[in-house]
Amino acid sequence: MSDTFTVHLKIWRQAGPDQPGKLVDYTLDKVNEHMSFLEMLDVLNEEIVAEGKEEPIEFDYDCREGICGSCNLMINGQAHGPKAMTCSCQLHMRNFSDGDTIVIEPFRAKAFPVIKDLVVDRSAFDRIVEAGGYVSVKTGSAPDANSIPIDKEVADTAFDYATCIGCGACVAACPNSSASLFTGAKLAHLNRLPQGEPERKKRTVAMVKQMEEEGFGDCSNFAECEAVCPKGISISAIAEMRRNYMKAALAGTEA
Amino acid sequence: MNLDAKVPSGPLEEKWSKHLNDIKLVAPNNKRKHDVIVVGTGLAGGSAAASLAELGYNVKSFCIQDSARRAHSIAAQGGINAAKNYPNDGDTVWRLFYDTIKGGDYRSRESNTYRLAQNSNEIIDQAVAQGVPFAREYGGLLANRSFGGAQVSRTFYARGQTGQQLLLGAYQAMMRQVNEGKIEMHTRHEMLDLVIIDGKARGIITRDLVSGEIQRWMADAVVLASGGYGNVFYLSTNAKNSNVTAAWRCHKRGAAFANPCYVQIHPTCIPVSGDYQSKLTLMSESLRNDGRVWVPKEKGDDRHPNDIPEDERYYYLEEKYPAFGNLVPRDVASRNAKIVCDEGMGVGPTGRAVYLDFGDAIEREGKKAISEKYGNLFEMYENITDDNPYEEPMRIFPAVHYTMGGLWVDYNLQSNIPGLFVAGEANFSDHGANRLGASALMQGLSDGYFIIPYTVGNYIADADLGEVTKDHNAFDDAAQNAQDQIDKLFAVDGDKSVVEFHRELGQIMWDKVGISRSEEGLKEAIEQIRELREEFWNNVRVPGESSNYNKYLEFAGRVADFLELGELMAKDALDRDESCGCHLREEHQSEEGEALRNDEEYSYVAAWEFENVNGELNETLHKEDLEFEFVELKQRSYK
Repeated sequence: MSDTFTVHLKIWRQAGPDQPGKLVDYTLDKVNEHMSFLEMLDVLNEEIVAEGKEEPIEFDYDCREGICGSCNLMINGQAHGPKAMTCSCQLHMRNFSDGDTIVIEPFRAKAFPVIKDLVVDRSAFDRIVEAGGYVSVKTGSAPDANSIPIDKEVADTAFDYATCIGCGACVAACPNSSASLFTGAKLAHLNRLPQGEPERKKRTVAMVKQMEEEGFGDCSNFAECEAVCPKGISISAIAEMRRNYMKAALAGTEA
Repeated sequence: MNLDAKVPSGPLEEKWSKHLNDIKLVAPNNKRKHDVIVVGTGLAGGSAAASLAELGYNVKSFCIQDSARRAHSIAAQGGINAAKNYPNDGDTVWRLFYDTIKGGDYRSRESNTYRLAQNSNEIIDQAVAQGVPFAREYGGLLANRSFGGAQVSRTFYARGQTGQQLLLGAYQAMMRQVNEGKIEMHTRHEMLDLVIIDGKARGIITRDLVSGEIQRWMADAVVLASGGYGNVFYLSTNAKNSNVTAAWRCHKRGAAFANPCYVQIHPTCIPVSGDYQSKLTLMSESLRNDGRVWVPKEKGDDRHPNDIPEDERYYYLEEKYPAFGNLVPRDVASRNAKIVCDEGMGVGPTGRAVYLDFGDAIEREGKKAISEKYGNLFEMYENITDDNPYEEPMRIFPAVHYTMGGLWVDYNLQSNIPGLFVAGEANFSDHGANRLGASALMQGLSDGYFIIPYTVGNYIADADLGEVTKDHNAFDDAAQNAQDQIDKLFAVDGDKSVVEFHRELGQIMWDKVGISRSEEGLKEAIEQIRELREEFWNNVRVPGESSNYNKYLEFAGRVADFLELGELMAKDALDRDESCGCHLREEHQSEEGEALRNDEEYSYVAAWEFENVNGELNETLHKEDLEFEFVELKQRSYK
């Protein structure tokens, strides 16, 4: 078993949506290199509970395998922390050293209001999908699955975009708080498949419109979203979204 | 207690189609007059909610996560089975049914399992139509791969993220219905009680996890799809928030809990590294195709694995099971890993691990070939452990993965409480005592897309559903019950954290109700769980308040339920005095350590009826005899 080390933490504490928040200092000296970042916070919370002076720190998590998209921490100013292609839950403490100071904040965006401490409301993403991020098919009436052959490369590319976990790191990293990578990824998945083709224009216009209504900013090609995406989704999704949107707009398609 | 399985008569192949012809329909203009509650938004709940809404019912959907898309089905990796026979290797609905029944060691209901196999093909059609990007061949047709327990290639997959893609398909179908106004979506809501009026399920009580408000919801039917209870063990491959509360509270209102002791332990997980650990990570079963499992022959041999010569290694699976070797089923591999560790041959800092060695495979096929097959898994392993599996063996250990037990349901997936339907991992029905790979996704979607929408309609058409209101006594009682439990948790004001209690319970469960069990160990476990439960209610500390977001309060309620369920699991395991599937009773094994079933006495579903917990859990056992009309019961052997 490896030795433990010490980290100094500055953690965003906010009692509720309408309360002021601030960074609060903690020191944790029981850090083990094999701990995940969230396990480190669990250990800190156990100390806080044992002391009984303040409430434990609230943060979102679930699968802890990097797939559910629940975890959403800004770690030293980076969405999901310093390791590329890695969610907060799969970031391990061996990426830090004895004596480090680590700043932990929620994903910040106008469209992601804080609920408490590090927990934010990302339901704006659901409303973007609700606007058109699906194929309209009724249960039980589908044709045989092999009746529509799909080029392997098309299927593989659609999959690459479909792997978005909806964590919101793209929004948090963007100077404009744009949700273009999230929206673009869903469009790039569905729009390129024959199943998604009939609704392509309608879908594109509706999802882009909803994204704007939710208060996300515009994309101005910083590419910070691609850099922090734990699933490595390419910003070419955004270019595709724009092309599709232009075509739909020129064709006069209404949402 | 009425345990009528309501299995239609006639040949196995015709039961479901006959039933579909016989069950009652609700006219379209009447469907919109009916509300249906669906709890859980995983594969079963999400697909059920989408399909019911599409039919015209008003659906109220609830989940504990911040979005329906985060249900734990999202983490399933391997694939989904279907009897399409696209590879032309002789697969049929019958073979898929037979493999599933045999894999479950003949402890599931024939009729339900057969219907699962029948629905499998439609699931693939549905998912593809939704735009689920399954793997494809160069010709543009769907690709398949093989999984354990089958001699055909029937598993459809989307890289290692099949669960994610299928779940997003169901989630998108749900969001479409939200947009149509047919689904009213309630995220971050936890179901805390079931409301029964005139003997029928008519609503639920929830807690808004953000505001803390206790709320009442009314409906004509309730569909529970709240997943499994593997987190009773504290460490498992389940998501941290997976819990048993919704199902357990239904059980406390009279729903029978079936086969609670049936838990699948998956053999290839990354081992525990320290006492801070919060969960375990599964490594795909496919690794055992090329990896060789071994431990040092010498107890306490702490040399680096690469320094231990070949003749000082114990390849226990290959030696004991020459025919199947490292590819024995999950239950056999798990049990044997525990045995060698118990004997002191375990490796790593904790001694609770065995080696999974790719040295020979890399020498034989080259690093590139191995990397192409398992590269992403190797990376994941290295990320978590900081060891490079190309250069030294992986360390693996079994972990709790899936629970086959759950609320009892009949052929309509209705519990013994009229109007309460149970789908997916939350019910007990299709996997028997062991679940084969790639069949959990299949069951969730079969239940949700293709069974629940019809059987709920049949119930609504036939039931005498009088007018009720949220002011009814039953609502008052259930809401008060939920509030009382919360108040009681805060009132304890002790000095031991919820996590400590959960971890202690998990240790008892793992040691005595885990991979293998004995009469003596189970009796000890029951005593220890009772003591721990008593201590919990005298010494737990729940911080914060109930009027806002409070994760520790959520966990406290769930651990309180696990402390009751854990005892029932031990009781059920004690009562089932035979070995079957994942359930090994040490008293019942062959000389070689194989599980010995007792079909004469235990070929039944154990359905437990809750009476009360008063320090001691009072439960009455009811039995649904399993009839095998169409398959012959045989002993499994992997020698």
